[in-house]
Amino acid sequence: MLPLSQKAAEEFMKALPSATVTVTGGGSGVGIAALLEGTTELAQLSRKIKFDEKNKLKEKRIIAKEITAAYDALAVVVYPSNKVTNLTREQLEGIFTGKIKNWKEVGGADLAIIPYSRETSSGTYEFFKESVLRNKNYMSGIMSMPATGAIIQSVSQTKGAIGYVGLAYLNKEVKAIHVSYDGGKTFVAPSVTNAKNETYPIVRPLYYYYNMAAEAKVKSFIDFILSDKGQKIVSEIGFITVK
Amino acid sequence: MKQFRQIAERMAKVMLTLSGGVTSLAILLIIIFLFKEGLGLFNSAAVENGYALCIHSSNPTQQLSPWQIKRIFDWEITDWSEVSEKKGEITPFRLDEIFAMYPEDEFGEDYELLPQKLGETIAQNPNIIAFLPEQYLPNGNQSVKVLPVENINIADFFGGKEWLPTATPSPQFGALPLIMGTLWVSFFAILIALPFGLGVAIYMSELAGTRTRKFLKPTIELLAGIPSVVYGFFGLVVLVPLIQRTLNLPVGETAFAGSLILAIMALPTIITIAEDAMRSTPRAMREASLALGATPWQTIYKVIVPHASSGIMAAVVLGIGRAIGETMAVLMVTGNAAVMLTSLFQSVRTIPATIAAELGEAPAGGAHYQSLFLLGCILFVITMIISASAEFIAKKDHNKGI
Repeated sequence: MLPLSQKAAEEFMKALPSATVTVTGGGSGVGIAALLEGTTELAQLSRKIKFDEKNKLKEKRIIAKEITAAYDALAVVVYPSNKVTNLTREQLEGIFTGKIKNWKEVGGADLAIIPYSRETSSGTYEFFKESVLRNKNYMSGIMSMPATGAIIQSVSQTKGAIGYVGLAYLNKEVKAIHVSYDGGKTFVAPSVTNAKNETYPIVRPLYYYYNMAAEAKVKSFIDFILSDKGQKIVSEIGFITVK
Repeated sequence: MKQFRQIAERMAKVMLTLSGGVTSLAILLIIIFLFKEGLGLFNSAAVENGYALCIHSSNPTQQLSPWQIKRIFDWEITDWSEVSEKKGEITPFRLDEIFAMYPEDEFGEDYELLPQKLGETIAQNPNIIAFLPEQYLPNGNQSVKVLPVENINIADFFGGKEWLPTATPSPQFGALPLIMGTLWVSFFAILIALPFGLGVAIYMSELAGTRTRKFLKPTIELLAGIPSVVYGFFGLVVLVPLIQRTLNLPVGETAFAGSLILAIMALPTIITIAEDAMRSTPRAMREASLALGATPWQTIYKVIVPHASSGIMAAVVLGIGRAIGETMAVLMVTGNAAVMLTSLFQSVRTIPATIAAELGEAPAGGAHYQSLFLLGCILFVITMIISASAEFIAKKDHNKGI
């Protein structure tokens, strides 16, 4: 989510030279913590605010307003010449929790499945765990890569590999899997169109939260992001626009 | 004038003593900080801080180990009979599920009715195990029992085989695969680097002409100056696919790839130190050996190598030290899977890679954060043992074996 805010802040300051927007990264938890401490007026989160965080805001009597700025879809990717194209959520859960170990169990060749995950610090790791694994743990000893680029690199050179990346990172070196969340009735390819019309299931909203008390300060920036110009930046970065 | 010089000298002395003292103090403080943070882990509860596990009061279960809790919430243990005398299928329950059962406004403005609702849910289901924040525990409810939670214990940390530090409700801190991974990768790195390093050192000190040497030495020292992330990148893009293709492996990110990269990184250290040690063999000794009719090769392995043996050992030990602490290159090429290594052609996770990858997002002061510090302590102890043995070896008699 950081690249979006950075780019948007840059363009915003160009359009309105009197304004200054300072963007810092550090993860979704850091954003909310800063909002709590009052060190920021606007927090960017790649997940919904957690129950405890909501409570802490309440304790401090901060009324936070939630704005959905964009959507991000996660694509499940495999080695380009892998025969498997369709997988259900249950099959993906089996693969990433280590219950399904061979591609022939899901209609592929007789080849060991090598699942690649992100490191535990990544928001993508948490989101995939919640959405696809239904909060179960990844298998112990899963391959964990420090960045999305490393996942693409590894999946593109490992025959039995499967991994997950943001939609924006998809390229010809890997093959995207069509996913079904309804037990195998409909399989949907990851694409911007499918994510927009809500048929592709692994989509997460990207949020801004701001303190209502500071609304006057941040309103113009929020309006800018939600404007046509701002949403153009959203799609340039590879996220999905809200409209 | 003389007096002025005396004062200046005394000042310099004080300054030097002071800088030495400050450095030692800083190191000591770092060590104390490291161990203080790390050992705090064993005072942390095995369930995430601020949360508790609740069961129905008719449930006879007294205690669950972290490992059992994890397996229950992963639906791997599905029946109470596997963990206690009770029978019946386990229903794991997380707080979020309550919001799907009732509309939001039924919990009251400040969630004051939430504990009551949770209590009702638990009371209705005798097979439930609920993972709830402590502030919303249904305390007054007679049919709810809070399960006592033990602290993380030393045996689980050093003997556990699962490293899942962000698992909820019960994170798994089994450091054994990480410790073994670090030691194995470093060990094989030295096994690869030693013959090459020694070979090059012997060639450079004994066989190479002055011009070759003048070219080779800076080149090798340049290897030490390449940033480790560059080695890692090279490893990921070139070495990993190469290993995978030539050995026909399912995955290329293996302990072997890590060892190979580390071997390359440890080479300059080994070569430089070993070569210096060999060149310090007195000229008289070489000439005496040759004069007695020994061939150059006999001179090398009967006189020069034994004479330089302590230097060579120091080179090996420093090379291991370099390999054990290396972070970035290993993080990129080993695949970082926390498994017990059974072969060299398996993915592996090392301690430095784990710390680098996880510390950024571990909440400060939490169990995960402390466990990473404890890993740091382990690494510190390992490298301390290594440098102590280097010191010991370097002090040994130079003329051994002659």
